[in-house]
Amino acid sequence: MKPLENKPSAFPIIQTAGVDGMLVSFDGTLSEPANRAALAFRAAVGAEAWDGITEISSSLVSVCVRFDPLHLPHAQLQTWLAALLNSRDWYQADLPEGRRLWRIPTVFGTDRAPQLAEAAELAGLNEAEAIRSLTETPVRVQTIGFAPGQPYLGELPEAWNIPRQSQLTQTIPQGALAVAIRQMVLFSAASPTGWRHVGQTAIQLFQPNAKDPFVLRPGDEVLFHSASPETLNTLRNDPMGGATKEPIT
Amino acid sequence: MTAVLKIHRAGPGVTVQDLGRHGLVDMGIARGGVADRHAVSEGAALLGQSTENAVIEMMGLGGEFEASEDVRIALTGAPMRAQIDGTQLAWNASHMLPAGARLVIGAALRGCYGYLHVGGGIATKPLLGARATHVSAGLGAALQAGDNLDLGEDNGTQTGDYLDEDDRFLGGPVRMVRSFQTHVFADDDITRFQATPLKRDPRANRMGVRLTPTGKGFQAANGRNVLSESIMPGDIQVTGDGTPFVLMAECQTIGGYPRIGTVLPCDLPRVAQAPAGAELWFRIVDLDEAIEIERADAALRATYGQQKKPLIRDPRTMGDLLSYNLISGMIAGDEFDEETV
Repeated sequence: MKPLENKPSAFPIIQTAGVDGMLVSFDGTLSEPANRAALAFRAAVGAEAWDGITEISSSLVSVCVRFDPLHLPHAQLQTWLAALLNSRDWYQADLPEGRRLWRIPTVFGTDRAPQLAEAAELAGLNEAEAIRSLTETPVRVQTIGFAPGQPYLGELPEAWNIPRQSQLTQTIPQGALAVAIRQMVLFSAASPTGWRHVGQTAIQLFQPNAKDPFVLRPGDEVLFHSASPETLNTLRNDPMGGATKEPIT
Repeated sequence: MTAVLKIHRAGPGVTVQDLGRHGLVDMGIARGGVADRHAVSEGAALLGQSTENAVIEMMGLGGEFEASEDVRIALTGAPMRAQIDGTQLAWNASHMLPAGARLVIGAALRGCYGYLHVGGGIATKPLLGARATHVSAGLGAALQAGDNLDLGEDNGTQTGDYLDEDDRFLGGPVRMVRSFQTHVFADDDITRFQATPLKRDPRANRMGVRLTPTGKGFQAANGRNVLSESIMPGDIQVTGDGTPFVLMAECQTIGGYPRIGTVLPCDLPRVAQAPAGAELWFRIVDLDEAIEIERADAALRATYGQQKKPLIRDPRTMGDLLSYNLISGMIAGDEFDEETV
């Protein structure tokens, strides 16, 4: 198959990703049903256990399948994926089992999260309104990625449909909460980023030596609550940074 | 009893690597592993062993090493000045490192990443399914003076072979395919991306290589609002200010900046090895052609084992014999000191 030359018009759609990947996309923008579809389809592709597949991952609204194109022809994989897509309505799929609600203490603004004012202004809010908006409702883990155990969280109210920066911030610290395009990222490691730094937590989302190295799972929900910089200092000794969890029933 | 490799000195980017991890992209961990997979094929062929063996990757600068037993080694990737107890070694070749001798590897002469392979491989404890050090993920750490590495059991005996050096250490042509986001760039920008060379910026590492356009940058329509999507090594992302980055082995797994295309896996070592300032010429090929290029490259690498030749018949080695055995009194003996770390 050929990579598409024009903007896709109908979803779901199968496209090539590099020489050795295919991307199954459920929407062109983020939506709750498309995210739900991607999580369920990713699990279904894994259950098929097709020969020649090297890696399966889901992102916000799509599933990426990596394979060995010298042994599994593109046309064969495309046929398999299309048949699986047509087998049911993925937009109505159940969310993953065993979801949890996490509550995470967070310092908003101050020198710990210096871009709160700038992000709030872009969202048309004052700082107090911005903090209220970011703490009053839980956000869902839509996907894990970019860095180990790192969640994309959403969806935020329409006011937060703000662009990324045109220049990268050289380093944002581990535990940083950053915002762009109606989503938040909670950084599992220090990293360059184009997202704006609005909050700071003490949670370590990737614990390579723990029994379960990855704290959050797709489908989990997170409620951030305001904490003082002094409180955050005391939480630094706890790898979970004062976070608590409870099952979602 | 298995051998141990002692690290007496190490440059800042010396790490244990292998071909990387599978199955963790979904949890945010890229495949990782060596920056130059061709160098692994070369080293495995020289030692007559599997490409699965872990190796030591040296970014820009090597180090000083000593083995507890006689150990076979191979040196591949970016050519670096190397000596055993003061005797210069041919690069892209296999050698015997006697127990207690000092192997000194200096700075890269061409390219960026040199590799030290040992018979039986480096046998450090695997982390999440691989021995590859992934510094940004906190999996392992760069090697330091005083580190001791266990080595695997070596089933081979052959040393003293070399492979011809290829041309991937100075920049040059790089083939790419269109991506599912190429359409967000204007046709003029896609044409210009291929018509002018891009310079490898000094800012480059195992995560990505920054490229400097020789003219103006490249602009995606509404690029700062593109939905974050799966990314992989070889993808060429363009940041909001128009700067292209080629993502490398240790890249993130999801990214928001649009990608103008994806480098063919067999050309990615050329991008990794391009020294700062080198020119890279990108060219889009269609997918069918790309697959045939990959097939031919895999076939070529499978013949490395038959392509290796004994060092003794290499005129370059004859030159070394003259320098070191016959007229040694005529050289100062310290001409490599400035190259050591």
